[in-house]
Amino acid sequence: MIKELLKINDLKVSFFTPAGEVKAVNGVSYSLEPGKVLGIVGESGSGKSVSSYSIMGLIDKPGKIVGGSIVFDGKDVSTMTKAQRQNLAGNEVAMIFQDPMTCLNPVFTIGNQIAESLIHKYGKISKEEIKKRSIELMALVGINEPEKRLSQYPHEFSGGMRQRAMIAMALAGSPKLLIADEPTTALDVTIQAQILELLKDIQKKTGMAIILITHDLGIVADMADDVIVMYGGKIVEQGSVYNIFNAPQHPYTKGLIRSLPDLSKKGEKLIPIQGNPIDLLNLPQGCAFAPRCENCMKVCIKHMPEEYLTADGHRVSCWLYDSRANNSTEVKNND
Amino acid sequence: MTNNKSKNFPSGNTSAQKQDVLVEVKNLKQYFSIRKSLGKTNSIKAVDNVSFKIYKGETLGLVGESGSGKTTLGRSILRIYEPTSGQVVFSGIDITKLQKGKLLPYRKKTQYIFQDPYASLDPRMTVSDIVGEALDIHKLASSKKDRAEKIRDLLKLVGLNTEHASRYPHEFSGGQRQRIGIARAIAVEPEFIVCDEPVSALDVSIRAQIINTLEEMQERLHLTYLFISHDLGVVRHTCDRVGVMYLGHIVELVEAEELYKNPLHPYTQALLTAIPEPDPEVAKKRNRIILKGEIPSPVNPPSGCKFRTRCPYAKDVCEKEVPEFKEYGNGHYVACHFAGKL
Ligand SMILES: Nc1ncnc2c1ncn2[C@@H]1O[C@H](COP(=O)(O)OP(=O)(O)OP(=O)(O)O)[C@@H](O)[C@H]1O
Ligand SMILES: Nc1ncnc2c1ncn2[C@@H]1O[C@H](COP(=O)(O)OP(=O)(O)O)[C@@H](O)[C@H]1O
Ligand code: SF4
Ligand code: SF4
Ligand SMILES: [Mg+2]
Ligand SMILES: [Mg+2]
Repeated sequence: MIKELLKINDLKVSFFTPAGEVKAVNGVSYSLEPGKVLGIVGESGSGKSVSSYSIMGLIDKPGKIVGGSIVFDGKDVSTMTKAQRQNLAGNEVAMIFQDPMTCLNPVFTIGNQIAESLIHKYGKISKEEIKKRSIELMALVGINEPEKRLSQYPHEFSGGMRQRAMIAMALAGSPKLLIADEPTTALDVTIQAQILELLKDIQKKTGMAIILITHDLGIVADMADDVIVMYGGKIVEQGSVYNIFNAPQHPYTKGLIRSLPDLSKKGEKLIPIQGNPIDLLNLPQGCAFAPRCENCMKVCIKHMPEEYLTADGHRVSCWLYDSRANNSTEVKNND
Repeated sequence: MTNNKSKNFPSGNTSAQKQDVLVEVKNLKQYFSIRKSLGKTNSIKAVDNVSFKIYKGETLGLVGESGSGKTTLGRSILRIYEPTSGQVVFSGIDITKLQKGKLLPYRKKTQYIFQDPYASLDPRMTVSDIVGEALDIHKLASSKKDRAEKIRDLLKLVGLNTEHASRYPHEFSGGQRQRIGIARAIAVEPEFIVCDEPVSALDVSIRAQIINTLEEMQERLHLTYLFISHDLGVVRHTCDRVGVMYLGHIVELVEAEELYKNPLHPYTQALLTAIPEPDPEVAKKRNRIILKGEIPSPVNPPSGCKFRTRCPYAKDVCEKEVPEFKEYGNGHYVACHFAGKL
C-alpha cells in the first residue's frame, strides 16, 4: 500500500470576527498520495484556500485552527518543532497564488528572490551553486535568457512571466507538495494553457504532488486525478476525476456540472443552481446546501448529513444516500 | 439565443444580408495618447480600423485576450469614448457625427452592463433610486405612482422582489447586484446593450442564472446584444456570431457554430484548444496548440500581421503586409494571408 503524503482529519478553522465566528473550514478530512494531483473546487468562500493554507501553518489572527489534525509525511504538524515547521513551509510544501505579487518583492531582483528560497532550503550554499541552480530553475519554468532575467525586477516581467518566476521560487526547495491556489485565474486563456502545461511537465519531472485550487471545472478535468468539492466549509463530495464528472452524486456537484454551457444543447436554456451563495455567519442548522437544493428533505433542514461511500468508491455527504432518508418527506425549495 | 433564433442567422450571405442591420461599424479607430517621459507622446491603438455589422435581434460575441480592445470597442460604439476616426451607424444615423447635445435619444436606445457589479452601482443609492434614476433621466415615468410601479415591475422581471427596492447594493450578493445592473439597463427600454463580461466576476454556480436572465430579457424586449467575454464556453452557448479580437483588430468573424467547427485564423485555432474542457475524457487526451510568448504591447505592435510574433505559420509576407479582413464565403471573415490554406 502506498503511504499517504498528507492526511487531514476533521480539520476545523474559524475566524473570530466582530460579526461572529466564521466557520471557514468545518470538519474537513482527506488524504493525498505522493505524486497525485488533487483538484479542489467550490464557490468563493467555501474554504478552499483556508483549508490548504492550514497545511503550511499560514492561518493568522483572527483565524485559528480549532480542531482536527494534519499529518504530513508521517509527522503530525501540530507537534512539530519550530525548525521542522520552517522546513515544512517553503521546502517540503510550497505554494503559488493567483497574484504573483503576493510572493514577489518589488524592490528585489528575481535572482535575489530565488537565491533566498535556495538559502532557505540549503542553508550554506556557495554563490556559484546559487547561480547554477537559479539558471536551472529559470530554464525549468521556461524563462528564456535566464541569466539576464535573473538581474531584472518583477515589474520588468509580464503577468505570465511573473507566474513562472513564482513557480521557480516555489520549486527551489524541491517540494513534495505544491499548493497552487487559483494559479491561472488572472491570466488569459493562451497564457493559462502555457502555465498548465508547465505544471504538468514539472510534475512529471519531479514527481511532486499538487493541490490545485480552482473554480474552473475545465482545469480540474484536465489536471486532476482526484477531486474534492467544497461547499460552506465542508467537503460535500470527493472521488476520482472520472467519478466526479461522469457520475456526480451530490446535488451541488450535479448542479454545477449541469449548469455548464454545453454545445450539444445550444439554444436550450441553461439549468442554473437556484438561490444565492451561503453566508457563513448564518449557516443553516442542517445541510448547508439545503436552501438551494432541489432534493431537500425534512431531515436535511435539521440534521447535518453524514458521509457515505457510494458503489463506485467515492464519498458524498448527503442524506439522499442514507437508507433511512427515503421515508422522509421532500420539502419544496422554490427559489 | 434560442434555437429558432440561431436558425434565423445562417451565415449564408444571402440570408445574412436580408437581416436588418442595427449597427454598422466602419473603419473605426480608437487611439489613446499616453505621455511618455521626455515629453514624447505615444499612442495606443486600442481599436484599429475595425469594420463589421450587428444585426437586429442577434447576439454578437466579442472574444480575445486582455488588452485586445474589446471594452474599448464596446465603449466607442456607444460613444462613451469619442472615436478617433471612422463611423458608427445606428439605425441609419451616423452617431459619430452627432453633437453631444443631440446624443440623448441615442443614449436611451443603448445601454451598457458592466463586468463588476460591485463597482458599477452607487453604494449610497437604494436599488429603487438606481433603477429610478434611469427612468428620470429619460422622463419615462408620468407620476410618482407610475415610477414606483415601473420600478417594481423591472425588479420582478430580473428576478428580484419588491422588498429589495429599499435596500442598498452592499446588501446583495454578486449575482443579485448584476440583476440590479440589468434592471437599470432595461429600464430605459433600449434596443441595444453592450454586455461587458457580465458574468466573469460571478461565482460559477450563479453564472447560468444571469445568462438565463439576459436571454429572457432579449426575447421579451427584442434586444440586440454585443456580448464581450473571454469565456469561450459561455460565448458558444450565448452568441449567434462571434468576433475574435487581437491587438485592436478583429481577426475573424463568423457564425458561432462555424467558428468552433472550422476556425480559419491561427489565433482562433489556438484560442479554441486552450479552453479548458470540463470533461476529463476529452481534456486529458487533447493536444493543445501552445502559443509562444504573450500579446505584444499595443504601443509598439508588430508590423504587418499583428499576430505574426506568436503565429506558428508566419512567413515573410506576414511581416511586410497587413492581411486584409476578407470574406471566405458564407459570411466567414478572416484577416490572414493564408486563411483556408493552413
Ligand atoms: N482610457 C485609456 N487610456 C489609455 N489606454 C487605454 C485606455 N483604455 C484602454 N486602454 C488601452 O487600450 C487597450 C485595449 O484595452 P481594453 O480595455 O479595450 O481591452 P479589453 O479587450 O477589454 O481587455 P480585458 O479583457 O482586460 O477587459 C489596452 O492596451 C489598454 O491598456
Ligand atoms: N483573515 C480572515 N478574516 C476573516 N475571515 C476570513 C479570513 N480569511 C478567510 N476568511 C473567511 O473564511 C471563509 C473561507 O475562505 P477561503 O478559504 O478563502 O475561501 P475560498 O478559497 O474557498 O474562496 C470565507 O468566508 C472568508 O471570508
Ligand atoms: S443533504 Fe439534503 S439538502 Fe443536503 S444536498 Fe443532500 S438532499 Fe440536498
Ligand atoms: S497573416 Fe501570417 S502571421 Fe498572420 S495569422 Fe496569417 S499566417 Fe499567421
Ligand atoms: Mg481562495
Ligand atoms: Mg475589458
